[in-house]
Amino acid sequence: MKNFRNFCVIAHIDHGKSTLSDRLLEITKTVSMRDMKAQTLDNMDIERERGITIKSHAIQLYYTRPNGEVFTLNLIDTPGHVDFSYEVSRSIAACEGALLLVDATQGIQAQTISNLYLAIEHNLEIIPVLNKIDMPNAMVEEVTDQIIDLVGIPKSDIILASGKTGEGVDKILEAIVEFIPPPKGDPAAPLQALIFDSVFNSFRGVIAYYRIFNGTIKKGEKVRFVNTGNEYHADEVGVLQMSQVPKNELSAGNVGYIITGIKESKEIKVGDTITVAAHPCKEAIKGFEDVKPMVFAGLYPIQNEDFEDLRDSLEKLQLNDASLVYEPETSIALGFGFRCGFLGMLHLEIIQERLSREFNQEVITTVPNVSYRAYTKRTGLMVINTPNDLPDPTMVDYIEEPYIHAQVITKPEYIGAIMTLALEKRGNLTHQHYLTTTRVELSFDLPLAEIVFDFYDRLKSISRGYASFDYAPKDYRKSDLVKLDILLNGEPVDALSSLVHREKADAFGRKICAKLKELIPKQQFVIAIQAAIGAKVIARETISAMRKDVTAKCYGGDITRKRKLLEKQKEGKKKMRQIGNVDVPQKTFFEVLKLD
Amino acid sequence: MFALVAGIYIHIPFCRKACYYCNFHFSTSFQIREEMIQAMLKEISLQAAYLKNQSIETIYFGGGTPSALPTENLQQLLEEVKTNFKVIGDAEVTLEANPDDITVESLKQWKEIGINRLSIGIQAFQDELLTNWNRSHSSAQGLSAIALAQEAGFGNITADLIYGGPGLTDEDWLSNIQRLVDSDIPHISSYALTVEPNTVLAHQIKKGTSSEPDDELANHQYEILQAKLKEAGFIQYEVSNFAKPGMESKHNKNYWTGAHYLGIGPSAHSFDGVSRQWNIANNVKYIKALESGEIPFEKEELTKTQQFNELVMTGLRTSMGIDAQRIAILGESYTSYLKSEIQYHMDQGKIVINAEGNYSLKPAYYFFADGIASDLFFVEAAPETDLS
Repeated sequence: MKNFRNFCVIAHIDHGKSTLSDRLLEITKTVSMRDMKAQTLDNMDIERERGITIKSHAIQLYYTRPNGEVFTLNLIDTPGHVDFSYEVSRSIAACEGALLLVDATQGIQAQTISNLYLAIEHNLEIIPVLNKIDMPNAMVEEVTDQIIDLVGIPKSDIILASGKTGEGVDKILEAIVEFIPPPKGDPAAPLQALIFDSVFNSFRGVIAYYRIFNGTIKKGEKVRFVNTGNEYHADEVGVLQMSQVPKNELSAGNVGYIITGIKESKEIKVGDTITVAAHPCKEAIKGFEDVKPMVFAGLYPIQNEDFEDLRDSLEKLQLNDASLVYEPETSIALGFGFRCGFLGMLHLEIIQERLSREFNQEVITTVPNVSYRAYTKRTGLMVINTPNDLPDPTMVDYIEEPYIHAQVITKPEYIGAIMTLALEKRGNLTHQHYLTTTRVELSFDLPLAEIVFDFYDRLKSISRGYASFDYAPKDYRKSDLVKLDILLNGEPVDALSSLVHREKADAFGRKICAKLKELIPKQQFVIAIQAAIGAKVIARETISAMRKDVTAKCYGGDITRKRKLLEKQKEGKKKMRQIGNVDVPQKTFFEVLKLD
Repeated sequence: MFALVAGIYIHIPFCRKACYYCNFHFSTSFQIREEMIQAMLKEISLQAAYLKNQSIETIYFGGGTPSALPTENLQQLLEEVKTNFKVIGDAEVTLEANPDDITVESLKQWKEIGINRLSIGIQAFQDELLTNWNRSHSSAQGLSAIALAQEAGFGNITADLIYGGPGLTDEDWLSNIQRLVDSDIPHISSYALTVEPNTVLAHQIKKGTSSEPDDELANHQYEILQAKLKEAGFIQYEVSNFAKPGMESKHNKNYWTGAHYLGIGPSAHSFDGVSRQWNIANNVKYIKALESGEIPFEKEELTKTQQFNELVMTGLRTSMGIDAQRIAILGESYTSYLKSEIQYHMDQGKIVINAEGNYSLKPAYYFFADGIASDLFFVEAAPETDLS
C-alpha cells in the first residue's frame, strides 16, 4: 500500500487539465503516443468539443522513480462544471492528494477555489501547479502570488509546468510520490469502498468505480451497496488502465471497478459504500447524498408521433446519467412529453445536445424552473416541479424556493456591476475577500431560480469575461411567487408559464412578450402576445400580419425558383409547433429566456 | 383531360436603361445585338423538336425590352419560329413594349409582322416615381402610348402597374388604376414592388437612400386594386392578372396550368411536362455556346413530389385552382395528402372547392397564396418512398 498514490486534479475549464492528464499517461507509458487521441480522458464527444469533463473517470498509471522504485498512481478525474459539485466532492473524498492546476494566463477562478476548499476540508495534500507557462501571455509572478495567498505555501513548492510541451511533468510525478501520503486502511477489515462514479456499457451493464478504504473486494463475492441496501454478485472486479484489467481481488488503498450485471445506472448512487454482504462494515462512508435535480423543464418531441422514440432515448440516456430524472407530462400546447429534472442549466443543455447527437432527436424544451415547495393549508408540503402544479393561490399557505451559495471571483473594477446584478437577482452579499490586489472573491446567497434566467451570460458580459462563478445548493426560503402565463391570440401557452417573484413579474412579463415578438415570425394574421397573472394582463405585444410573399413578378415561366423558395419556407415551418393557430419555432421555448 | 397547348417565349436581353428594381436578365449594351439575334435564330432551329410537334398557340416577346429591337429582328425571329414549329393561324403573339418605343410607325410595323397583342410597361403615372425607378418614359408618354396603340388597331392590350412602393400614395394608386380602366384596355397586370438582391434598389435601401416597401401598404393597395377592377368588370384569373371576360393572356396562363413551353434566348425557361430547363443568363456566353452549336442550359427532372408542389403552388395562384385531375395522376397518396393538409385552410374559410371540382383560394386570400402553398407542400424525405 505504501507504493500507492490516489490523487485528483482541481482545475477550471480550459486550464489544461486534460492535456496535462494526457501527458502523465504518456510519460508513464500508460498510453503510447500512437494510441493517443488528444485528451484521452474526456471520451464523450461533447466533452471534447466543449473542452470540459462532464463525468469523472479514473485511470491507473505506473510510475518508475529515477531510483527504480515503482509506484501505482490512481488518477481520478473530476467533472469540470458547477452543476456537478456533489460528484466532484465524491471524487475528492476518494483521494489523498490533489494537483491544484492553475492556468498562468488566466489566474485562479471561482470554481477552482471552491473545489480547493473542498479538497482542504478532506485533508488532501495540495500540490500547486502553474500551467501553460510556455504561453507568451503567461502571468507567472502574479498568478504565483495568487496561489501563495490561497494555499499559504512557499513559492518554491509551486511547480511550473506546461502540459503542451511536457515541461515540469516529471517534477509533478515526483511531487505526487514525495508529498501525497500513501493510503491508509486495513485489508483484513470488513470492506468499505466509496463509489465515486459509474458508467454504462451496453454489453456489460453499469460499471461502478470505487476507492477501497478498508477490506478487500473479491471476484465472485456477494456485495451490498449500503445506502440503497441492494445486493449483487461481483461478476468482475479489476483496475482501470486504458482498458479494464480484471483481477481476482483488490485491497484497501486501491481504486477499481466492479461489474454486477446492473442494467440501470440509477441503481448505483455516487457516494454509496460497497461492502461484503456476509461481513458488512459497521457504517457507511460519510458524505452520501441522494442528489436531487435542481432544475426542471419539459422536453417534447417536435412531432407528436415521436413521443415513444423520445421515451426510449431518455431511458438510454438515464442508463449512463443517473442524475437525469423524467416522468411523462402532457401540455396543452405541446402534447405529450416529459418533465425532466437536471442538476443545473448546463446539465440540461448537455442532455438536449446528447439527444440530438446520439439519438437524432430534436426536442422542444419548455421554460425551465427550479423545484419549489408549496405549503398548502390542507395537505401540507407539495413539491412543485412545474408551474402548472402550483395550487390555487387561495389554497397556499406559503411557498419556499431554493437558494444557493454563490461565489464569484473577478477583478476589483467589476465589483460594482456584479453587485448590481446580484441585487437585481434578489441576492445578498455575504462575504467579500481580496485574494490579491487584482482579484476579489464575492460570496452571495441567491435564489437558484435567478441563475436559471440569463445569469451566466450577463455576468460574463458585465465583467468582460473576467468573472468566474461557482455555486452550491444552500437552503429553502420563503418567497412571494406568482404564476405568470403567456397567451398567444388569447390561448394560454402552458409550456411558457413560469413562476416568478411578484415584484419582478411586470418587468419579466414585458421582456418575455418583447422577446416572443422577436422570435415568432410574422404570419398570415395579426398575433397578440400577452403576459397575465390570473386574469390580469400585465404586458402585451402585437405581431403584425405578414404581407409580402406573393406578388413578386414571376419571370417568364421561372417556376423553379419560386418552388424552391417555398420548399425552403416549408422546411422552416416544419420546425415550428402550432399553438392555437400560431406557428411557433421550436427554439422559441428555450430562446425566450435569453433576455437582455 | 386538359388541352395540350404550347407556347414559345423569346427573351430579348437588352434594355436602354436599367430600372432600379429589376433583376431580370438584360444588358444595356446593344453592341452584340446582331450576334444575339443570330444565336437565337440558331437556338430556335436546334430546339425544333422540343415541343414534340404540339401546336403553338402563343408566342411571347419578353425581356429586357423587345420593343427596343428593330422590327426586322423581331420578324426574323418570328419567321424562324414559323419555319420550325406548327404555329396555329390565330396564335396570340405578344410584344412587351415600353411607352417610349410606341410610335405610329413602330405600331404599324409590328402589326405588319403579326404582333397582335401589346404588353405596355406603364408601371405608374407619376413622373417622380418613374424617375426614381429609372424608367425611360414619362407619365404622359404612358397615356399616349395606349391611345396610339388603340388608334393603330391594337385591341388586345395589357398594361403593367406597380404598387406598394415608397412614394405611391393611395390616391396616386387609385388614380393609376382609374386611368387604365378609363383607357378601356381589356387586361391589366399588377405587381407589388419587391426588393430583389443585386439591384440598385436593394443597394439604395442598404445605404438608406431609399426606404423599404411597406408590407401593410402593399396589402392595402392590393385590396384597392382587387375592388376597383372587379367593379370595372375585370375578372381576376390569377393573383396578379386581371382581364375582361375572354381576354386573359393565353401565354401567361399556360405557365400556371402546366402547358409546355419553349424559352429562347439567354435566361429563358422551358418546360416539357416532366423537366424544366433554363438557359445561361449571360449574353456573351450564350452567343459563344450557340456559335459552336450548343445550347447552354441547366435542367432539372421533376420528381413526383416536385410536380405535386408545383401544381399546388401554381394552382393556388389561379381562379382555376389546384388541378385535381393532375394531382390524381401523380397517385392516390398525393390526393389524400392534399386532402388532409388542406382541411385546416378550408376550415378557416380560405380555400373552397370550385365549380371545376378543384381546391381554389378565395380572392380575399390571394395575397397569401405563397404562404398557404408552402403550408401544403410536401418536403419530407422519408415518406417520399411510399408517395412516389
